[in-house]
Amino acid sequence: MAEDPNRTPAPDSPEEMSRRKFFVKVGVGSAAVAALGTAAFAYQYLSPNVLYEPSPIVDAGKPDRYPPDSVTMDPQTAIYVVRTAEGFFALSAICTHLGCLTAYKPDLGIIACPCHGSKFNKDGVKIEGPAPRPLPWLRMWLSDDGNLMVDRSNAIAIKQLVRV
Amino acid sequence: MANGVGNLVDQVRENRIWRSIFRSGSGDSNLRRSLFVQQNVFLHLFSIKTRTRVLEFSATWYLGALTFGTFLILVITGILLMLYYHPSVPQAYADMKDLQYVVSSGVFLRNLHRWSAHAMVFLVFAHMFKVFYRGAYRTPREFNWIIGVILLLVTLLLSYTGYLLPWDQLAYWAVTVGSNIASAVPLIGAKMRFLMLGGTAVNANALLRFYVLHCVILPLFAAIFIAVHFWRIRKDGGIYPGESAPEVSNK
Repeated sequence: MAEDPNRTPAPDSPEEMSRRKFFVKVGVGSAAVAALGTAAFAYQYLSPNVLYEPSPIVDAGKPDRYPPDSVTMDPQTAIYVVRTAEGFFALSAICTHLGCLTAYKPDLGIIACPCHGSKFNKDGVKIEGPAPRPLPWLRMWLSDDGNLMVDRSNAIAIKQLVRV
Repeated sequence: MANGVGNLVDQVRENRIWRSIFRSGSGDSNLRRSLFVQQNVFLHLFSIKTRTRVLEFSATWYLGALTFGTFLILVITGILLMLYYHPSVPQAYADMKDLQYVVSSGVFLRNLHRWSAHAMVFLVFAHMFKVFYRGAYRTPREFNWIIGVILLLVTLLLSYTGYLLPWDQLAYWAVTVGSNIASAVPLIGAKMRFLMLGGTAVNANALLRFYVLHCVILPLFAAIFIAVHFWRIRKDGGIYPGESAPEVSNK
């Protein structure tokens, strides 16, 4: 009997894939898709969608609470409310080095971090220490009922005082 | 009397129930002893024969075995501490204080856990230096060195995650600082910190995540890699005797 010219080539020929190779590829491909899906699923599951953390917006009370030329810290919310002769501004009290809570030293007139010794002046500008950046100024405004409000999640690049 | 006890031991070892568990049976022949090691799921990680030279104190200072000993103490005391500790913000600190002042033997177990943890970190480093200076990390044992490095990292992560659990000021600020170090990784740092803490600050989610890592995930990884580490000693020709230059690969 003569050879059939339309016969499929041998299974190992480079052009044609054997049934076994085809199913291995399908199997590996579906396992890879499943692995990617699992990775995406795991990432989404591990990222909480709702955080039961305190609101970044803080009500700092009436401006008269703060004496002229004073730096007042609230350790609970980690902000300084600074009152100068011209007006008010809010500083983050979280050290820009590794996130420790800084403290105001009234006798020296500076803000100091207990963890690694960073020092800042009352404007948040770094004096010394490992901190890479100054303490950020936070957006501050007056609410309708005359309270000072601070948004801790909103650092402002241009320093602006709130005048009362 | 001694003979009577010996007979009794032999009787127990020939007993059908005993033989169904330990198939090698009684007898002191090399074959029986070899079979006993080979047929036991735990002992088969080890060689059936060991050179007496490597069992001397000077060969290893027993640092690996001592590290494993501290690990076992940590697992046992850790499980017992879990029975009184709730990983929640209102309770964690109070539970830790209860363990110290209210629970019978609580202060003993907590201190044993803490000192064993310190000892384990010290012993892991000492073990690593001993292996390094003896040259025991060289071919054919280089892969077991890598397993050892993984175990060193797991040990340090266990220490770090356990550090948060007392939920005192030291723990809180240490993990605040530590998680901010993690966020210094380029590009993915902030996201890593968010996933690690389960939020933007060290809070209830962070405490729970560190608890799960400390009590479940990391000990599981440690146990798996310890098993591989021990098994590789046999596969790489036993504990390094240090008598001759290491075999050079045929390249």
